[in-house]
Amino acid sequence: MIITEKKPIEEIRESLKDSKKVLIIGCGTCAALSQTGGEEQVKEMAQLLTDKEIVGTMVIETPCDKRTLKRDLRTASASLNAADAILVLSCGVGVQTLVELTGKVVIPGLNTKFLGMTEHIGEFYQRCLACGDCILDETGGICPISRCPKGLLNGPCAGHMEEKCEVDRQKNCAWVLIYKRMKDTGQLDKFKAFRKPRNYQISTPPQQIVWSSAK
Amino acid sequence: MSFISSLEKSLATSKFTITGELTPPKSASIEDLLDGAKLIKDDVVATNVTDNPTSRVVMSTLATCHLIEKQTGLETIYQITCRDRNRLALQSDILAANALGIKNILVLTGDHITLGDHPEAKPVFDLDSVQLLWTIKRMQEEGIDLAGKKLKTPPKLFVGAAVNPGLDPIEPEIIRLEKKADMGAKFAQTQCLYDPNVLEKFMDQISHLNVKILVGITPLLSAGMAKWMVKNCPGVIIPDEMITRLKEAEDKVKEGIKMIVEVVSKIAPTKIAGIHVMVPERADLVAETVKAIKASGVV
Repeated sequence: MIITEKKPIEEIRESLKDSKKVLIIGCGTCAALSQTGGEEQVKEMAQLLTDKEIVGTMVIETPCDKRTLKRDLRTASASLNAADAILVLSCGVGVQTLVELTGKVVIPGLNTKFLGMTEHIGEFYQRCLACGDCILDETGGICPISRCPKGLLNGPCAGHMEEKCEVDRQKNCAWVLIYKRMKDTGQLDKFKAFRKPRNYQISTPPQQIVWSSAK
Repeated sequence: MSFISSLEKSLATSKFTITGELTPPKSASIEDLLDGAKLIKDDVVATNVTDNPTSRVVMSTLATCHLIEKQTGLETIYQITCRDRNRLALQSDILAANALGIKNILVLTGDHITLGDHPEAKPVFDLDSVQLLWTIKRMQEEGIDLAGKKLKTPPKLFVGAAVNPGLDPIEPEIIRLEKKADMGAKFAQTQCLYDPNVLEKFMDQISHLNVKILVGITPLLSAGMAKWMVKNCPGVIIPDEMITRLKEAEDKVKEGIKMIVEVVSKIAPTKIAGIHVMVPERADLVAETVKAIKASGVV
């Protein structure tokens, strides 16, 4: 899931300072699940923006999908036309999809944090950096790219203490976790293998995938 | 047999090798550091020159090494970390090091950016220390860069790495040292050591490796420093008795040096190649410590 976090309301007010009429759009998928852009958060936001005329509020199932976004926006054309700005409670992808489909000023209401796992609502952990070259088979299913601050590939640095990371002593050292997991699952030979430098060319932004059959 | 450096020669032919460490200045002037280099020149075979240690900005290591060697004649060990430079910058600095006459290189991953004085900077870590050792091996042995392109004159450096015998769990660190040895590390300097038992166990675990071990030696200068190190320095284990002795000592520095001489006397007869003496920002105490160790006759 894409984990998002609410922007401070002062920052949102500043972004909206030149707009009088605001349409608020939430996301029914990731942001709804992490309780940053679902029905309730959209309503709360409308109540917080007391000095604005809220011309409409809606939660779109997947605002990152142009097809559903286009379809749902049609049902809201009156509010869309009336709005000076659209405040979007979704990840940055939803924000930009709205930019592509409307001529309005589009303002993000959330910060997009990471691709993460939900432990409970309100407790999310980064698990993937979308590096484009998954090596989980080599690392016991624990990702050093997203979980080691140095993204090391050949074992832990010498900075761990009580199995915690040198960058944050509250967090587990990813490579100690990898070592233990691989030892427990009989994969130490794989742990010992030398891993060559990563190829960053394959993840140079902007990335895109276009199937030849989709053209 | 010809040796790349005095350090390599000492490790091959001497019973006991001593290296020191200097930190480049947070200054555009090298003069004070040169005074420090002169102070330790006769006490050590070579000195490490650190690379933005603990992620704080100081003078470039490469330039500092060159200036020390040129102006004092003290051989340097060029520390290079993966934190601030990508694979292009690392390789060009390695070529430059060779051209400048630097003969030893110590390859480190580097402390994370967030621990230093520019915590908002972008960390690089394009390579890790094992991958950088592999890169240097290819440059030296195959005469090619990481892209496989030929180097007209390959570098010729004596290559080392770091190891931390006090880590728990220790197995991943041993495996990492195995990788470093495979990738051409001929010597390894350790984290500061105070407990000979830790070293004994460690030396048994790495007996299959052909890597010369220089044990990290830092005299404790106060009980406060000792407690700080135990809390903040990974793998540093200090026996309680040492902390008590520091508390009770009138001259703490003298007591700290006396205790470290005792540690050296216990570890010198083991299979270690020597010691690496570090006292941050205090070249005078590096010199004093080495002199005390030599005067005691333990090495």
